Amino acid sequence: MKDFRYLPGVSTLVLDTEACTGCGLCTIVCPHGVLAMAEKRVEIVDYDGCMECGACAQNCPTGAVGVTPGVGCAAAIINSWIKGGKPACC
Amino acid sequence: MEQDEKKEPAGCCGEKLSPSAAPCACKPPVPLEPFPMVRDDKVCCGPPTGPRSSSRERPGYRMWHFVEDFIDTPAGPVPLAKTVLNARDWLGKIRVRWGIRRDQYKVAPGLYGVGRPDASSPVLVTANYKLSFDALRSGAGVADAWILVVDTRGINVWCAAGKGTFSTEEVVRQVKSSQLDRVVDHRRLILPQLSATGVASRMVKKGCGFKVTWGPVRAADLGRFLDAGMRADEPMRRVTFTLAERITLVPVELSFLPRYLLWSLAAAFLLSGFGAGVFSFQAAWFRGALMVAALAGGVFAGAVAAPILLPWIPVRSFSVKGAIVGVAAGLAIVAGFREHVNTWEAAALLICTAVISSYLTMNFTGSTPYTSPSGVEKEMRRAIPFQAGAALVVPVLWVAAAFV
Repeated sequence: MKDFRYLPGVSTLVLDTEACTGCGLCTIVCPHGVLAMAEKRVEIVDYDGCMECGACAQNCPTGAVGVTPGVGCAAAIINSWIKGGKPACC
Repeated sequence: MEQDEKKEPAGCCGEKLSPSAAPCACKPPVPLEPFPMVRDDKVCCGPPTGPRSSSRERPGYRMWHFVEDFIDTPAGPVPLAKTVLNARDWLGKIRVRWGIRRDQYKVAPGLYGVGRPDASSPVLVTANYKLSFDALRSGAGVADAWILVVDTRGINVWCAAGKGTFSTEEVVRQVKSSQLDRVVDHRRLILPQLSATGVASRMVKKGCGFKVTWGPVRAADLGRFLDAGMRADEPMRRVTFTLAERITLVPVELSFLPRYLLWSLAAAFLLSGFGAGVFSFQAAWFRGALMVAALAGGVFAGAVAAPILLPWIPVRSFSVKGAIVGVAAGLAIVAGFREHVNTWEAAALLICTAVISSYLTMNFTGSTPYTSPSGVEKEMRRAIPFQAGAALVVPVLWVAAAFV
């Protein structure tokens, strides 16, 4: 997926290294290799590769990884602008 | 009506018979043969009948064509799915790829098997979208396995995980209702990696006692994953967006458009009729056709060409990618009709093609596996004012062109 890069510097991905226990589950479920084990803790190695799917946060046992997942669909986002509220899936 | 039940039995020629009477003489007596009921599949007329109904059939249910047999388990009979897709599966696949009744393409949730699974066989979990189920039963390359189909409301694994229908609760519910603990002697589920967006592995363990192992992204890698002792290598864990995968998405992108077709055509022909002579049907027809060519060019550029060419178009913003391809398509259209349009019309056609392509390509972000919602929102805040402005310029230029 290195051929496919989207807008940089926008992801809501955050990592609290202090809370990380180094279980590595987030590195397994991430479909873009955004996170990787470094020593005994996880670190973000490809921040701009994150598509905010939320798999890491869903599976982190300590809440060390956080991300606001959502739908990346223009029509749904326009609907949410018009009607208010969170973008619903199309 | 007379009551004739109590009549004496009539003889063959109609005269009354007494029990002792001799057979009448007008016809030779015909010995009664038992009527040939279906004994050996030979019947009196028509082609031979098919076999007796399977003992697995149940009133009120219909057998799926992909079920080849059943296997008895402590939790009752479990259907065994064929591992080869037949013509019906392929036709269904082509149909839903065009977006036709895609939301109704489901299989019943529950437990299935492939091969001859036993108590130690792996349990593969998937969504009840039939394409997901078909990919697993036909493409996994796993000899004997259980397939646990979760009720994702007929939505594929990743989208269902994102929408919350492929969830921890749904997996736990299906494990329990299928009585999986009576069918297998281990306590492990293999889930598709992309369901991790909706499923928390530790909560599945808590909810039903089964431990989640994250399988590969693609069902096709499952055989190698299992052979390697449930280890996935790096490529198995990554989503891709190959040329073939992008081409597959084109028909469904196009299938979203017919709802806008009528309005666009009406607007194109109506706007084209205005001119110095108030309204001309001839102009509506001829100039309308030009505008329809621009609309079609924009759709082709934004829903076909840009998705296919995606990685090769410079710049990251989808709306700009779409605009680039749209301008190229627009220039081709203007060049093709250069003898029939003035400068104003040429500009209107070019902008029309570009803006449609830009919007459609921007909307394609919803179909890619790598665009973040935050990025899409950022891009839209920048692009939509331009797109809206350009969309207003087109009719102004088009109508003005008729007066110059």
